[in-house]
Amino acid sequence: MTSACAIQLNSALTPEQKALFQAPDEIRHVLRTARTIAIVGLSKEPQKASHFVASYLQDAGYRIVPVNPRGGFILGEAVYGDLTEIPFAVDVVDIFRPYSEVDVLAVKSIQIGAKAFWQQLRINNLAAAGRAREGGLVAIVDACMKMEHGRYSGGLHSVGMNTELVSARRPRLVGSTA
Amino acid sequence: MTLSHSFGFETRMLHAGHIPDAETGARAVPIHQSTSFVFHDTRHAAHLFELKQYGNIYSRISNPTTAVFEERIASLENGTGGLAVASGMAAQLTTFLTLLSPGDEIVASSHLYGGSVTQLTHTLKKLSLKVHFVDPTRLENWERAITPRTRLLYGEIIGNPRGSILDVEPLAKLGNDLHIPLVVDATFATPYLCRPIEWGATIVVHSATKFIGGHGNSLGGVIVDSGKFNFSSFATLADPSDAYHGLRFYDTFGHYAFLMKARVETVRDTGACISPTNSFLLIQGLETLSVRMERHVHNALVLARFLDEHAKVAWVSYAGLPGHPDNALAKKYLPLGPGAVFTFGLSASTPADAREKGKQLIERLQIFSHLANVGDARSLVIHPASTTHQQLSEEELVRGGVGPEMVRLSVGLETTEDLLWDLDQALEGIP
Repeated sequence: MTSACAIQLNSALTPEQKALFQAPDEIRHVLRTARTIAIVGLSKEPQKASHFVASYLQDAGYRIVPVNPRGGFILGEAVYGDLTEIPFAVDVVDIFRPYSEVDVLAVKSIQIGAKAFWQQLRINNLAAAGRAREGGLVAIVDACMKMEHGRYSGGLHSVGMNTELVSARRPRLVGSTA
Repeated sequence: MTLSHSFGFETRMLHAGHIPDAETGARAVPIHQSTSFVFHDTRHAAHLFELKQYGNIYSRISNPTTAVFEERIASLENGTGGLAVASGMAAQLTTFLTLLSPGDEIVASSHLYGGSVTQLTHTLKKLSLKVHFVDPTRLENWERAITPRTRLLYGEIIGNPRGSILDVEPLAKLGNDLHIPLVVDATFATPYLCRPIEWGATIVVHSATKFIGGHGNSLGGVIVDSGKFNFSSFATLADPSDAYHGLRFYDTFGHYAFLMKARVETVRDTGACISPTNSFLLIQGLETLSVRMERHVHNALVLARFLDEHAKVAWVSYAGLPGHPDNALAKKYLPLGPGAVFTFGLSASTPADAREKGKQLIERLQIFSHLANVGDARSLVIHPASTTHQQLSEEELVRGGVGPEMVRLSVGLETTEDLLWDLDQALEGIP
């Protein structure tokens, strides 16, 4: 979908920061092209936010790769202790860790050749995001990957949320999970 | 050319929340008159019930036609999302039930619709929720009534029926400082005339039955959340929910937490849902909202001025008139006009005489419909003390400013001269 929009709600970022780290066309590009998403800080607890996001992204067709120090399996996928231990290519690094841990994750994301570096809602380490960007990655800050996917797939709309999308164009492709 | 663009109010009135679907391309919003929706498979079904997927299960919880209405009104209010319910009363109650626990307290304006006063006073009491009513015109009255148990502030942007204007900005700031959300009923304003979220309100509720629908054909209510309030210390949204295996709504849904909980717990359990056909009819209303509201406030001001100068009229209470004590607030919050509902009283010697003359006036009117509603495209008239506010005690009537002589008009879209003629001829016949 190529509808015009300006996403303005629900972020602590300034308009300038939003232009850098929440650009709708970049977010849509990541959602459209990514296949494999490493989720750093994914909990095995089914009622935790990270688990909700991972389960949703799995349903949407992405392969999720859990990263946390506890090992084992989450949602049927092997857990890796560190980004650098993942033996295959990862498109997106999605982060559920506190601000102070984000800097080193940026360095590792560049190292493993990820294409996007995504900090979840209320995580906003702009320095780390800037470093990832300099390393050639798309950097997203203070946004939920599930909500952003839901914004463009019709899911958020189905529960009455303001997607801020306006368009009179009839979409050609049915990519909806709603 | 850039595709980043913020669309204006009128464009969003017509387009927000509805992108033509790929399958049919239907331009008007389709009415999805279906109770339930087929799952893709058992995993999809389970994930919908666990809230791990967005999507429709059953129209008591969500419905595709209703979703258009919800997103559209959320867009017009500049909120993060919306939830449509059966009526304005249901919107209010859903908000209270979602945010409050037994023992919590509300501080509410006394300038409220009579039905709201009874809901707050009697129905909430059964749920062990305590309400302190305050004269809303002074901020210190609110401050004095707030206790450590206060979890919600409540008021109407344009109070019914006296037409007083709530000074939202300082009240929202007070709530923000004390970490108490301000909920504003904006029924009489509609988002075209005032958007309380832009003045700091946390949540806005509407009886969509009124000007939003605008044609007097459908009941409905809607709740819009700003998404800006930090509910992390609010037990009802932050603590694990027993209804969802310990799910913490604020932790999991962030700025959508209140609306999600209101939808999947409160409305799921109370059943106060809206019909998809009503949502469709309310959407039709929204599509012409700005055009209708401009005409409503124009006619209202002309009629208020006429009555204000009429010899048989003792007083007119419309904040759009320079003499009204809230005229400055009206200019601040409602620069296009403070709605189209106002009250007036006939000159009389005694309260009984006033009541009698009010009745005579209503009996003589030809174009104003005598009924208990406001916000119809047609002009309406009622005598609040004997109808809408009849259940209130003498003390509550005084506190709400509802005198025996008060007549309330909801000014419609008819030819202005015809409305003037009708009032004139009706007043003519009164001794």
